[in-house]
Amino acid sequence: MDQLYGIFLYAVFLLTMGGIYAVLALGLNIQWGFTGLFNAGVGGFFAIGAYVSAILTSAASARHLGGYDLPVPAGICAAMIASALVAWGIGRICIRLRSDYLAIATLGIAEILRLVLKNEIWATNGARGISRIPKPFEHVAEPWNQVGMLLLVFAIVLVLYVLLERARRSPWGRVMAAIRENEDAARAAGKDVERLRIEAFILGGALMGLGGALMAHHIKFIEPNVAEPVSATFLVWVMLVIGGSGNNRGAIFGAILVWTIWSATEILTTRLPSEWATKAAYLRIFLVGLALQIILQKFPEGIFRERRFQTSAASVHPPPFNRENTS
Amino acid sequence: MAQQSGSRNPPVLQVDGLTRRFGGLTAVDRCSFHIDAGRITGIIGPNGAGKSTIFNIVAGALPPTGGRILFEGEDVTGFPAHVLFHRGIVRTFQIPHEFGRLTVLENLMTVPAAQPGERLWPVWLAPGAVARREREVRERAEETLEFLTLWELRDALAMNLSGGQKKLLELGRAMMAEPRLVLLDEPGAGVNPTLLVKLGDMIRRLNRERGYTIVIIEHDMDFIASLCERIIVLAEGAVLTEGTMTTVRRDARVIDAYLGGGEEEAVEPFPASVGRST
Ligand SMILES: Nc1ncnc2c1ncn2[C@@H]1O[C@H](COP(=O)(O)OP(=O)(O)OP(=O)(O)O)[C@@H](O)[C@H]1O
Ligand SMILES: [Mg+2]
Repeated sequence: MDQLYGIFLYAVFLLTMGGIYAVLALGLNIQWGFTGLFNAGVGGFFAIGAYVSAILTSAASARHLGGYDLPVPAGICAAMIASALVAWGIGRICIRLRSDYLAIATLGIAEILRLVLKNEIWATNGARGISRIPKPFEHVAEPWNQVGMLLLVFAIVLVLYVLLERARRSPWGRVMAAIRENEDAARAAGKDVERLRIEAFILGGALMGLGGALMAHHIKFIEPNVAEPVSATFLVWVMLVIGGSGNNRGAIFGAILVWTIWSATEILTTRLPSEWATKAAYLRIFLVGLALQIILQKFPEGIFRERRFQTSAASVHPPPFNRENTS
Repeated sequence: MAQQSGSRNPPVLQVDGLTRRFGGLTAVDRCSFHIDAGRITGIIGPNGAGKSTIFNIVAGALPPTGGRILFEGEDVTGFPAHVLFHRGIVRTFQIPHEFGRLTVLENLMTVPAAQPGERLWPVWLAPGAVARREREVRERAEETLEFLTLWELRDALAMNLSGGQKKLLELGRAMMAEPRLVLLDEPGAGVNPTLLVKLGDMIRRLNRERGYTIVIIEHDMDFIASLCERIIVLAEGAVLTEGTMTTVRRDARVIDAYLGGGEEEAVEPFPASVGRST
């Protein structure tokens, strides 16, 4: 019974983390899946969201900036606004770059940010990080606080899914895909490519900030390595690619699947003999890479492919031959 | 620059001393010409004469190194492509620029301006208005597909079309706009002869029924002779001469340009144009 309860709690924790990663993967899907923007700095946006919400909602501490004591929802909103603003700034400067250069620029910015978080100790408590971040439902009795957090995260994922799926199927999604496919042709069709790209970059960045904030409140602790390229950026990319770039359901499914694999490798590597312990982190990355290889062999475009929806809708119509000509 | 057309309407497009250099290469060299409203004008010239580069500059895809472009009397030199599109300059590409992983229907539906659904707030908050406009756009795209004989392919991804079908799709995108000036860069290249005749008819219809002013770059002399009264000949980035096909064809400088300026025995530079009626 106790064991079952433990498994239940673990599953709740696992799914909550998977749900938070789903928010991140949905954000990356807007940028890369819809619009073709290669953001290699996911961890940076994530960290901005995490730190902003943590600092705004935590109790006063001599070790870091804080003591604003804002309610958690306000912190989360501020986190989204802050990462959206940073995305806007980066977009203004870098969005014209070819996609490989955008990748290098975003990767570099995320690394700089991580060093800033590590070294501006007065604000962030440096490498020791910020702890005792408030968590929603934490005053509720034991399993229900965890379940409450899980439901909150899933509700957010559901709302995002509905909004983004509607956006994807709309002319907005179509014009973003057009930019992804051929930006010169999109320009020749009168589309303001720079503005639309920045819009996608901002929206994606805001979701990454949201994911960061949720993570900070869920774990109750945050340190600069959350912006580390491997655990943040790399994992989210693997999630999107495995799930199916361009497909919102794929992003969510990929996030939960890859988070499960990632957690399983943790269980595996903790059983290794102690002399292997230092190599364990690399072994986990290797195993995730292996999973990526295996899945892409079978599903080259990810498990859920991007689907063009105009398809089925159009074939329902009769052909317009017998329709009277209006022109 | 005097208006050669004299008493006619002012030209839609006036290009003055246009120059474009790529490093040491001068692709367009103080080129000047004008395009009359409501007509189909042809542009011919040997490979590398600078024809596509001129289209790129006029449509705002490339900034010029020098010179001026007047569109409907207004200086539009250096305006970006998407702004010129809304002013009414619409172009097709020599190498098809399809949206590969969009369906053929979606390729066309992307083009029209004034789509409220291209903004997120209406998508989320005013789906009714978005859907209404979307229906109009779809109907127009379906008519265009029928016109282009691409109806059967409406749900195919554009990347899977053949070369000729992609050329038709290029033309279709231009038809989805509300152009005042259409620049067609080799619309007939790679299109089979039967379809080419149809393509000519389509272009003529667009000119007559919708009143588009059209400029066509083409290497197929029959095709261009059948469509255009006035033909501009370019060589080495500048206008060599202009006139009707008959006058242009007889011009020794034109023959020279096509032969690369050699002194050797004159080979007929327009083999396709002699003695073939279809
Ligand atoms: N982006 C570019 N960078 C460098 N050189 C270019 C560029 N675009 C065109 N050129 C050069 O400019 C010259 C004119 O090219 P352009 O494409 O305008 O020729 P064209 O008249 O359209 O020829 P074709 O009939 O073969 O299409 C060529 O020598 C070409 O190599
Ligand atoms: Mg050309």
